[in-house]
Amino acid sequence: MGQWAGYLQLILDGAIVTIQLTLMGSALALVMAFLAGLGRLSRFAPVRWLATAYIEFFRGTSIFVQLFWAYFVLPLFGFSLTPLQAGVLALGLNVGAYGAEVVRGAIKSIGKEQYEACTALNFNRWQGLRYIILPQAFVLMLPTFGNNAIELLKASAVVSLISLTDMTFQAQVVRAQTGNTLVPFLTILVLYFAIACVITFAIRGLERHLTRGLDGIRS
Amino acid sequence: MPALNSPPIIEINGISKSFGAFKVLNDLSFSVAPGEKLALIGPSGSGKTTILRILMTLEGIDGGDIKVDGDDLYKMQRNGKLQPADEAHLHKMREKIGMVFQLFNLFPHKCVLDNVTLAPMLTKGVARKDAERHAMELLEMVGLADKAKSMPSQLSGGQKQRVAIARALALKPKIMLFDEVTSALDPELVEEVLNVLWKLCRETDMTMLLVTHEMGFAHDFADRVLFFDRGRIVEDGKPDEIFRHPKQERTQAFLKKIIAAGHRV
Repeated sequence: MGQWAGYLQLILDGAIVTIQLTLMGSALALVMAFLAGLGRLSRFAPVRWLATAYIEFFRGTSIFVQLFWAYFVLPLFGFSLTPLQAGVLALGLNVGAYGAEVVRGAIKSIGKEQYEACTALNFNRWQGLRYIILPQAFVLMLPTFGNNAIELLKASAVVSLISLTDMTFQAQVVRAQTGNTLVPFLTILVLYFAIACVITFAIRGLERHLTRGLDGIRS
Repeated sequence: MPALNSPPIIEINGISKSFGAFKVLNDLSFSVAPGEKLALIGPSGSGKTTILRILMTLEGIDGGDIKVDGDDLYKMQRNGKLQPADEAHLHKMREKIGMVFQLFNLFPHKCVLDNVTLAPMLTKGVARKDAERHAMELLEMVGLADKAKSMPSQLSGGQKQRVAIARALALKPKIMLFDEVTSALDPELVEEVLNVLWKLCRETDMTMLLVTHEMGFAHDFADRVLFFDRGRIVEDGKPDEIFRHPKQERTQAFLKKIIAAGHRV
């Protein structure tokens, strides 16, 4: 029994790494999603091209390959990253590319009349976006952002391939040391699901909080 | 009363505007005196709304020019030459003009008070305290002071439109454009909005352009009525002349149709 407690501790240590990766990767993905999503709506063609190139490239290539580039190929050009940095970079850029389309779609779905009200009230482009369009669009982005965050959580298992000691990596260690496959992999199955549930509830809570004003009194 | 002896506050000179192959406005000219209350009437698609949208810079023009308060709306002086207006010029020109839309266009995620205070705070740098005090006066004027903390979704159409009027007034424009502001309302809610317009008409010296299908109201409200058809002014005169003694056949036909539909003239 004491032996299993030690192995469970190993897997829980891995879970911390997985959660770290998910949080930091999601933060980077969120920033990239807004940069590229707004970039695609820019008035300046080169900005649009750059954003489109980023989105198409990172959606169109495997996250596995992207991670190996970040960890094994970039050092050949003089950029050495720790496994965690490489993991966050690959996950953030990859999921950010999907998020960018969510940002763009949500902004485009806000009716023309809101933009016209902004013009009639003499807001400049940035003020209209910041105070009128984005707050309404953000609520629409949330459910899909939740999906993306869960995708990112699950994709984070690939970092075990660059020797980052995440949950999947630790499960393999336990399996190698004990010869038991069922227990470690059942444990991480439950843990991945539990973390995904936390993300789901967090996003739902945020959505409720943000939409409350839309049909109720401002609190 | 309109200041008919002063230089016009709006001068529209030979403008035209097409949407694709459809020519909405065709070499159109008219001017508006400071303080004048002008009603624009005519069949759907005759270009009335387009004129308001052009004045609000929501649509550009294909030809001609427009002066608002003495300055070119779509052109600007730069290095001694007339050039197409840039965003900064349009921004300056829009300060003179406010607009109320048919579908209100309130910000659904902001409460009534914030809808009214946001623009003065952002575009004129008014302090929140002052913006809120002015907003409450305006909400009082439109009879909605008790709804200041409500969200737009909790209001009726007539209340939404009155908030939209207060919101436009908060920027203290010299010119107000009203684009079919009662057309989307249930019949029993029309009057409360018209009452607010009536109050503005009587109590302020703002220049007001009103596009409407409420002929009875246009008659009482306006100093002058323009009847539009197919992008041109067919008839231009005092309300009594237009509504009681229309000279043009097309005006007569239009008014007859409206009366047949049950509108008071």
